[in-house]
Amino acid sequence: MTTYLITGARPYGEAAVDLLLADGRIAEVGAGLSSAAAEVVDAGGLVALPGLVDLHTHLREPGREDAETVETGSRAAALGGFTAVHAMANTDPVADTAGVVEQVWRLGTQAGLVDVVPVGAVTVGLRGERLAELGAMADSAARVRVFSDDGSCVSDPALMRRALEYVKAFDGVVAQHAEEPRLTAGAQMHEGDRSARLGLTGWPAAAEEAIIARDVLLAGHVGGRLHVCHVSTAGSVELLRWAKGRGVQVTAEVTPHHLLLTDECAETYDPVFKVNPPLRTTADVHALREGLADGTIDAVATDHAPHAVEDKESEWAQARPGMLGLQQALSVVVQTMLEPGLLDWRGVADRMSARPAAIGRLAGLGARSQGRPLAAGQPANLVLVDPAHRSVVDPAALASRSRNSPYAGRELPGRVVATFLRGEATVLDGKAVK
Amino acid sequence: MKRHLLEAADLDRGDATLVLDTAAQIDTALAGREVKKLPTLRGRTVVNLFYEDSTRTRISFELAAKRLSADVINFSAKGSSVSKGESLKDTALTLEAMGSDAIVVRHSASGAPHRLARWVRGSVVNAGDGTHEHPTQALLDAYTIRRRLGRLEGVRVAIVGDVLHSRVARSNVGLLHTLGAEVTLVAPPTLLPVGVGSWPVSVSYDLDAVLPKSDVVMMLRVQAERMNASFFPSAREYSRRYGLDAPRMAVLADDAIVMHPGPMNRGMEIAAEVADSVRSTIVEQVGNGVSVRMAVLYLLLGGNPTA
Repeated sequence: MTTYLITGARPYGEAAVDLLLADGRIAEVGAGLSSAAAEVVDAGGLVALPGLVDLHTHLREPGREDAETVETGSRAAALGGFTAVHAMANTDPVADTAGVVEQVWRLGTQAGLVDVVPVGAVTVGLRGERLAELGAMADSAARVRVFSDDGSCVSDPALMRRALEYVKAFDGVVAQHAEEPRLTAGAQMHEGDRSARLGLTGWPAAAEEAIIARDVLLAGHVGGRLHVCHVSTAGSVELLRWAKGRGVQVTAEVTPHHLLLTDECAETYDPVFKVNPPLRTTADVHALREGLADGTIDAVATDHAPHAVEDKESEWAQARPGMLGLQQALSVVVQTMLEPGLLDWRGVADRMSARPAAIGRLAGLGARSQGRPLAAGQPANLVLVDPAHRSVVDPAALASRSRNSPYAGRELPGRVVATFLRGEATVLDGKAVK
Repeated sequence: MKRHLLEAADLDRGDATLVLDTAAQIDTALAGREVKKLPTLRGRTVVNLFYEDSTRTRISFELAAKRLSADVINFSAKGSSVSKGESLKDTALTLEAMGSDAIVVRHSASGAPHRLARWVRGSVVNAGDGTHEHPTQALLDAYTIRRRLGRLEGVRVAIVGDVLHSRVARSNVGLLHTLGAEVTLVAPPTLLPVGVGSWPVSVSYDLDAVLPKSDVVMMLRVQAERMNASFFPSAREYSRRYGLDAPRMAVLADDAIVMHPGPMNRGMEIAAEVADSVRSTIVEQVGNGVSVRMAVLYLLLGGNPTA
């Protein structure tokens, strides 16, 4: 195992210190450290954060290896500063059995760039009809704790109730894609002034909010753990605030794109901006930022959704929804939350590492823990960020196999210089080591 | 004029007036001629790329291009490479490689002409995209109103029916506003888009209240199938509340006109005696459509309309 001496890094943007990484752990933190055997990484001016944890990544393997593989997605994740990603279940075949989740988990281990944590489907085939074998997935080598039909909503209230109850047996959480399907048939973009003018079928905010309202009531009733995926509306933030105030075990995530972009992007009819839930209004964006700042929204999750060129270079209605996110997530959070003063670096670390790891139950796994603080004795999962760097996003330069970045041509702050997974570098000098 | 005509907003007041004036010049130039043909676009190629069935609009564009002496190719999505899965982009690039100067596109997806315009060098004319726009329909409607009433400024236009799903309504709202007309949309609330409040129009749910204050009543096609999605309870109820029948027509001002973009559902949104009345401009609109589309092709592709 390599020993690294990181010099002059500023943990959480605070006073500069040295960090010695040895045997997969942070061995020492302090000033003027030295180690003859260590490889020195000069981190002068760089901010050190705990390795980021994504609750919501589409790695597309098995099934759509032309869009992304576990390996290419892992590389994009490492380059984005992540040390763990939750791989969504809507693959082909669907990750609804112990066999498929173990396959994804094994591919992640082989790639060795981030911890790939499979998400299990809630229902067989994501069809929303009957529960998948949640216990078998929980007990498998993949140790699934997050269950989601993401891409589809568990819209049957009785089935959702049972799922929330059943996962209590293994401390699981149901991550709901909140979308009432009867209100979004054919929906293409946020329903409002712009959809009216553009002639694109509207996706009303109420279709998300109605499911969240229902599910927090169900979670409260049965005492189950609910996580709300990609919250996109101001009304959803209000509902979550209300539910948390009543002690419901509910957590929520927001995507980088919902923190930055609005439905104005649809004006070009370029489907790179088509996503589900859709980009909303400026007022929603501000409510989401405030919700993330005050902790009503627990985590930033990318909803990284790679798509092949032919699935995006088409008419808007024919295109698949979703956009890349892993490599720009931190930059977007720096721009939308840190620079305006809504979060400090500790806040960024909390929303992008500690809390998502806690939701996925990754924080108490001993040496394999994720989302732990930067302190001596903790697993050496960390990222070094240059906050002063600004660059223009070039989709062709991304590690993902797909090119559907909504940030193409946009200048964003922050650059991930290095990422370490249990003491081994996965990224150095801004480049993946493998 | 911009290079493409994708939506009404592409035309400012000067451009829109130029199209209407050019159409009038063309009408004058061709009036009484035995050979209704101008040499203006000789050697130019216009492709009609139709992904939706629309005999009326396709024939109108075809005739317009032919009367300007352009070569016309009709490319229907049915029975072509499109049915074998070719993408819109590949089709567009193929047509352009064959030397098309303008592509007239009809597509079921809103925004398809906008996508096309980014992929080809020639001009793109939107001949109707999804539930978005149909700008040449709005131009021919404006031309018809101007011919009948002598003006557009201050003309009170009621657009009645399924505004939510209507590209004709969207284009007319934009263009009529540009040209100074006052538009009132009349529909059951279910057939108006959320967000209609930001449009430069008045909105009413009561046809009887609007009719006496209208110079133009433009009836939109309403598909009876919409009742299956609960946009309205039944075709009969729709017709009773929003259909234009003879008693309703009787309250119109003496010189008011009744328009319909076609195809009509007689007995649904419009009664036969209204469609066939002297107020009706429905057949006239079809004829004006050819002149207006000639003007659009001429102005986009250049040339002298009356040479």
